[in-house]
Amino acid sequence: MQTIETEYGRVRLDPASVMLGELVVSDEGVELEVVGLDPLRFEPAPEVEEDWGE
Amino acid sequence: MAAELVIAYDRARPEERLLFEACEAARMRYRPLYVPELHVDLGARDDLPGEGAVVLLRCVSQSRSLALARCLEARGAATVNPSRVIALCGDKLATSAALVAAGVPTPRTGVAFTPEAALALCERFGYPVVFKPLVGSWGRMVALVESRAAAEALIEHKEVLGGPEHKVHYVQELVDKPGRDIRAFVVGDRVIAAIYRTSEHWITNTARGGVASGCPVTEELSRVVTAAARAVGGGVLAVDVVESPTGLQVVEVNHTMEFRNSIATTGVDIPAEVVRYAASLEAVAA
Repeated sequence: MQTIETEYGRVRLDPASVMLGELVVSDEGVELEVVGLDPLRFEPAPEVEEDWGE
Repeated sequence: MAAELVIAYDRARPEERLLFEACEAARMRYRPLYVPELHVDLGARDDLPGEGAVVLLRCVSQSRSLALARCLEARGAATVNPSRVIALCGDKLATSAALVAAGVPTPRTGVAFTPEAALALCERFGYPVVFKPLVGSWGRMVALVESRAAAEALIEHKEVLGGPEHKVHYVQELVDKPGRDIRAFVVGDRVIAAIYRTSEHWITNTARGGVASGCPVTEELSRVVTAAARAVGGGVLAVDVVESPTGLQVVEVNHTMEFRNSIATTGVDIPAEVVRYAASLEAVAA
């Protein structure tokens, strides 16, 4: 596991197994979505949309 | 074996991880496909899945799943579930219509297109009634309406604040159920497992706090659920059923089922069943 600094706080994850679309929560409580792997990029995870579901 | 198994997703939930792990455990060749990065040129020959590929569609956005399924089918890929199934299951009215047409027991359901007609429909059914959005999951925007005054308020909100689809008023009778409903998991033509979802709230979705417990797959449950799955075109589906005083009734059919809380509860390796089914299609697609 590594600690990575983001503009939304620090996140802990394993860079070897992280996937695009994965959700992580920063130490500031912000839910982030992994949107890039090389380099690792995060964006605030979108709120649930009307057409989301099973 | 055919070309490849592709798992298309837009959010890596526990279910997607479990599906990847199931492929690895079965030594099945697969490729994750992160949909937000895609751009599709319908007629191009590129590295997007085409003939011989099977694509397991796992997008949390139903609009994305439906659009992508149509694109991939046009390129010759087999999809799980196919676009026609997604279109039916992603729209509650389309699902209800398919169930009624196939003679599958389902709660009494109606539709109205104006506020006045919606009120008349409520009076015809008798209160309480349930309003549901045509598109939506996890019990969101589902409303229990117990009086004409409440119906008037809800209808006005939908008319003023909602888009055109919210002006199609989908109304259902409230089924007198025993504080729980049943979710049954269908893979191909088999009901592989089922759970009860119990809650003190009238909405029993686990996403809303419903508690899962094991449910036996009885002959009646299997018959009703299989008929519902067949009515929407089959595939990998989660069928929600209520135990009404007159017997089992199918409430809805979900085409991108969540199952993280149901594996331990049922003892069934649901992701393994799903990827095995996809692999069997792969052979057909090849």
